[in-house]
Amino acid sequence: MPQNEHIELHRKRHGYRLDHHERKRKKESREVHERSHKARKMIGLKAKLYHKQRHAEKIQMKKTIKMHEQRKSKQKDDDKTPEGAVPAYLLDREGQSRAKVLSNMIKQKRKEKAGKWEVPLPKVRAQGETEVLKVIRTGKRQKKAWKRMVTKVCFVGDGFTRKPPKYERFIRPMGLRFKKAHVTHPELKATFCLPILGVKKNPSSSLYTTLGVITKGTVIEVNVSELGLVTQGGKVIWGKYAQVTNNPENDGCINAVLLV
Amino acid sequence: MSVDEERVLIQLQDESGEVLGSPFDVPLDISPDKLQLVCNALLQKEEPVPFLFFVKDAEVVSSLGSCVQTLGLETEQVLPVVYQPQAVFRVRAVARCTSSLEGHTEAVISVAFSPTGKYLASGSGDTTVRFWDLSTETPHHTARGHTHWVLSIAWSPDGKKLASGCKNSQIFLWDPITGSQIGKPLTGHTKWITWLCWEPLHLNPECRYLASTSKDCSIRIWDTVLGRCDKILTGHTQSVTCVKWGGDGLLYTSSQDRTIKVWRAKDGVQCRTLQGHAHWVNTLALSTDYVLRTGAFEPATATINPQDLTGSLEEIKEKALKRYNSIRGEGHERLVSGSDDFTMFLWNPAEEKKPVARLTGHQALVNEVLFSPDTRLIASASFDKSIKIWDGKTGKYLTSLRGHVGPVYQVAWSADSRLLVSGSSDSTLKVWDIKKGKLNADLPGHADEVFAVDWSPDGQRVASGGKDKCLRIWRK
Repeated sequence: MPQNEHIELHRKRHGYRLDHHERKRKKESREVHERSHKARKMIGLKAKLYHKQRHAEKIQMKKTIKMHEQRKSKQKDDDKTPEGAVPAYLLDREGQSRAKVLSNMIKQKRKEKAGKWEVPLPKVRAQGETEVLKVIRTGKRQKKAWKRMVTKVCFVGDGFTRKPPKYERFIRPMGLRFKKAHVTHPELKATFCLPILGVKKNPSSSLYTTLGVITKGTVIEVNVSELGLVTQGGKVIWGKYAQVTNNPENDGCINAVLLV
Repeated sequence: MSVDEERVLIQLQDESGEVLGSPFDVPLDISPDKLQLVCNALLQKEEPVPFLFFVKDAEVVSSLGSCVQTLGLETEQVLPVVYQPQAVFRVRAVARCTSSLEGHTEAVISVAFSPTGKYLASGSGDTTVRFWDLSTETPHHTARGHTHWVLSIAWSPDGKKLASGCKNSQIFLWDPITGSQIGKPLTGHTKWITWLCWEPLHLNPECRYLASTSKDCSIRIWDTVLGRCDKILTGHTQSVTCVKWGGDGLLYTSSQDRTIKVWRAKDGVQCRTLQGHAHWVNTLALSTDYVLRTGAFEPATATINPQDLTGSLEEIKEKALKRYNSIRGEGHERLVSGSDDFTMFLWNPAEEKKPVARLTGHQALVNEVLFSPDTRLIASASFDKSIKIWDGKTGKYLTSLRGHVGPVYQVAWSADSRLLVSGSSDSTLKVWDIKKGKLNADLPGHADEVFAVDWSPDGQRVASGGKDKCLRIWRK
């Protein structure tokens, strides 16, 4: 093995021999024969070691060849039909253990009573006051700063009338008041435009809940009479909870997912 | 002995309100048997027919008097008593498993008896349809040809052909006698076949047309003689789950897009859309289902050895038409639909868009609904482990049959409408007595979930297939 780069230097300066490439090619092709000659003629401990090493090499070579072959002849495994045959009425259903469904319903009822729900977005970024409320300066010299304007989308009820402007502390601009939300049913994968009945809980603060501020992760109550859901007793369900999944102040609409 | 026995004037009426004879005097403690004798005498029937009697929808069980007392009716007025003829023949409840037919190498997904009860066919996840010889209870033929699970099978109403649909959206036709394929496979759907339904016998005795529905949201009507697609009905926006070919030439289809559509079979034009469900509509049942399935075969004339239908096409057509008209009665066919929203609707689809009644009460999705063969009752099997029985005309809730410990997948009525067999995922079948509203027999034996049940139209056998790959036949 050369210890310095004198060979390379020479090659750079003077180039290759004229027959270098042909000689190299022929030597390499002879290598196979020489290798087999050596393998046959070797004896003793040297042979044993060599054969062991060669055996391991050959196994690896065979594996890679097989892999390449498989990729070349790519056949779809059509002959094998998948296992787990189910009748047509079970095909579109995921295999939920049915025994759990009833106990799930009871657990859900308990959670509803306690005020906790399993929601699609459990953790939402809490919005600070500076983000949601903007300070409005009033007064002759614009020094008083006790009024706040809500900068996020909000919902006010049907019978909402503003307090006298002199006394209202929180301003909810008309442009940011919404009545309808686009609610997606998670199982049906269909979206409906449903009127909002009220804001149930805003995860950031209870103040926002009373104000009716709707941000991402807020649980709202929507009017689902359009869907035609019915309780066991035959009464029509007309209100259900949904959780908001987008930032309405950026998009201009409220997208929510129904909590079933 | 009381000096004056209380007597009351009754007027016998049949279900549609027609009066029978004039009002007459009977003692108040008359029993249903005696009333039956009177009724038979008035109707002048050759063989005595069993009857059920109702006073204002309450059945007369022990005596007329107790009924009147519970209802608090006046005995001075003429009391209308409605009589309902029951089936003359009585189907015996099945009690034992006579054979367990192995042969399928994967779960048995669908099981069906031919309209006369002579042949039995089963479709399975191993892509074969197998025909079984019922007299020896051994395998008869294995029909190979499908390339994926055989999801649905349907016998033609004359029992001469079997159609089977698979998950690779192909439909094959088989001859039950030789077990070989008839014609070429019918291709055209792009996703799996969910339901197959033949044209009723009295509309076409050749049994030529077949309707198939698929997950690709379309319904195709196939001409089996020419082996090609005749019409394609589109309109649904999601997978179509069930199709029923009504006896009046209307097709009813239900889909996962929560609607049911009514089509005219002649030209494929959509007549109506029935809306109301809040989730997928899983299943449909027509009041005339049983009579359309059995065609010209009358279960009352069944013998021990089931026979093929005999007679020319005209004779068969007439017989089928006569049976159909007698079951249908005065009004139109009624349709009941079961859905994932835990409720069912009773519709009168030939006349109006609005449902007749909404049947609520189940606590989980309704997997199958079936009218009884005499159209008086509706049975609904649900994933909440119960079966509910409802009145077939008004949709009023009658009773719940509880006993299963897993979701109930399928139910089947016996030909006399007195017994019901249900198969569930808890691997048992249960036979229920409708009159008592109680369990008649518990049939354990399957090793795994029971996917399909069927009661033969001659009432002798029940066949059930399930996930444990074996088909079981049950007899009395």
